[in-house]
Amino acid sequence: MKKMFLDGNVAVALGSIRAGARFFAGYPISPVSELAEFCSHEMPKAGGIYVQMEDEIAAIAAVIGASLGGKKAFTATSGPGFSLMQENIGFASMAEVPCVIINGQRFGLSTGVATKPGQSDIMQARWGRHGDQSIIALTPASVQECFDLTLEAFNLAERFSSPVIVLTDATLAHLKERIRVPDPAEIKTVKRKEPQGPPEEYKPYQPDERGIPLLSYFGSEYILKVTGLVHTEKGNVSSDPGVCASLIDRLERKIYDYQEELPPPRYYGEEKAETVLISFGISARAAREGMRRALLEGISSGLIQLQTVWPFPEGAIRRLSSHASKVIVVEMNRGQVTREVERILPEGVEVNSLLRADSEVIYPREVLEKIKEVQ
Amino acid sequence: MDIPVRYGDYIDWDQLPHLWCPGCGNGIALKGVALALAELNIPLHKLLLATGIGCSGRAGNYVSFHSFDGTHGRTLAFCTGINVTQPDLKIIAFLGDGDCGAIGGNHLLHAARRNLNITVIEINNFNYAMTGGQFSPTTPLSSITSTSRKGKAEYAMDTASLVAEAGANYVASTTVYHTSQLNNFIKEALLTRGFSFVEVMSSCPTYYGRYNHIGDGPEMMKWFKEKTLPRDKYEKLSLEEKQNYIERGKLVQRNREDFLTTYKKRRKK
Repeated sequence: MKKMFLDGNVAVALGSIRAGARFFAGYPISPVSELAEFCSHEMPKAGGIYVQMEDEIAAIAAVIGASLGGKKAFTATSGPGFSLMQENIGFASMAEVPCVIINGQRFGLSTGVATKPGQSDIMQARWGRHGDQSIIALTPASVQECFDLTLEAFNLAERFSSPVIVLTDATLAHLKERIRVPDPAEIKTVKRKEPQGPPEEYKPYQPDERGIPLLSYFGSEYILKVTGLVHTEKGNVSSDPGVCASLIDRLERKIYDYQEELPPPRYYGEEKAETVLISFGISARAAREGMRRALLEGISSGLIQLQTVWPFPEGAIRRLSSHASKVIVVEMNRGQVTREVERILPEGVEVNSLLRADSEVIYPREVLEKIKEVQ
Repeated sequence: MDIPVRYGDYIDWDQLPHLWCPGCGNGIALKGVALALAELNIPLHKLLLATGIGCSGRAGNYVSFHSFDGTHGRTLAFCTGINVTQPDLKIIAFLGDGDCGAIGGNHLLHAARRNLNITVIEINNFNYAMTGGQFSPTTPLSSITSTSRKGKAEYAMDTASLVAEAGANYVASTTVYHTSQLNNFIKEALLTRGFSFVEVMSSCPTYYGRYNHIGDGPEMMKWFKEKTLPRDKYEKLSLEEKQNYIERGKLVQRNREDFLTTYKKRRKK
């Protein structure tokens, strides 16, 4: 273990390399340019490759290609680039290609404010592609979690044979904190299984008992057929309604049915608190401090900090807030997670929110004021 | 694994019949690929056919080796990642004129500029056939298509010249009528280290041939025979005469270092 003083961008890149990533493709964009720069010199040292593509569409495509070439691969971008990547992220979901996409969220829609933070890509991370599918999205709240959850994102991508999105933001990307970086030997990494048996009988999309296919790689003696069209277990094109239905059903359930295995929400504060905050990412830092101040003032309160935002951890949130009469969702957008919370909590629980969508982060005093206001 | 020796070993016969129309040139081009592969004796697992979207995009379903069918236009961007992680894999990108010249035009230029170790076979049938025969960037000026009933008002894009200018190591163009030239170009392209590009002008009797009164498959073959000229003959024509012909032949054959070789050298410094 080594203690290092890093910013969120570098922690993400280091976590990726420690997770076994050996390919990065990207296109320069604020606020994650430093992440690409770090990869451009550190990836070759680790025996990997950095490619600067002509746009973000090409960047995610190259990442998917590298993963199909058998390497763990990732890209990093922000809102405008994340929008461009959507079609190919959908392709990765359909073709079940493990890969990691880092979105350092910035403020606003369109070009917004390139250097200031936002948390308004939550719904885009979930629903940005056309068609039904499931996706995993993680939300680190500290530089330590940037390292840890990015590492975990690679393991989940391999384990679920799926793209995994990590949502940071402009503040976290440039925030410097001291973190614990485990030695390579201490790190548990997951790598996709290799096919066994006679190559001529190999079916890349034949799922195991948990609905996960067993992809070989291009160059393997196990011939791999990959397509974004609806396909059979062999990987051949089909438009048979039965094949369509079972594929879409499996793509959704292979993640939903095992969501308990994803990083669970953290809980801080008083157990069985009457007022429970729900937050994620950089806002959870302010929420935690605001909650601490409320406790000092004798207000029964707690915080649920989401590490996984998609699939939405419904069960865990219901469990952790089961004694609460009031819930406050703290987020830097116009209520994207609030609506999810309203959807899943039973009637009778009062759902409030502290929203900020002006390119500034939320401050602990605002959280404290909100807690007092709803009492 | 046995090394295949017949072109038929590269075809997945269980997937036939294919979905292409009678008279379509895709099969001729795909057979040209399979013939070259058999002649070069490349093992199946060392081969990838990467396609895009449209009629040519279905070719991967009919080969017995690795295949990749990506999103429209982005095939060469996907292939960038595949090429650098699997440098020994022979990558053949079997793309349409929409994939190459329109939605994927930028990726084509940059893949050629990087000089990736990829062979592109562009099936240029002068229109978007899978969607009903709309004009594409390569459709000749004045052509009738389902979106240019009174004649196309845009000039055509010459993808082969663009790729040559962008920096590819090998560029040639021919038609599905000139099969021995086609097979030879494909073989030369596959033997090239770095980016190689063969434009194959292909018949689409269902749309382009019908709309422009060229005729069915055999008539389109005749059209290619009469309408195209070898590059040296074409160059001798007057500007006016050139409007009546399309040139075919080799544009570029050179030996610039491929991307991965250069990348690895630079990183060792």
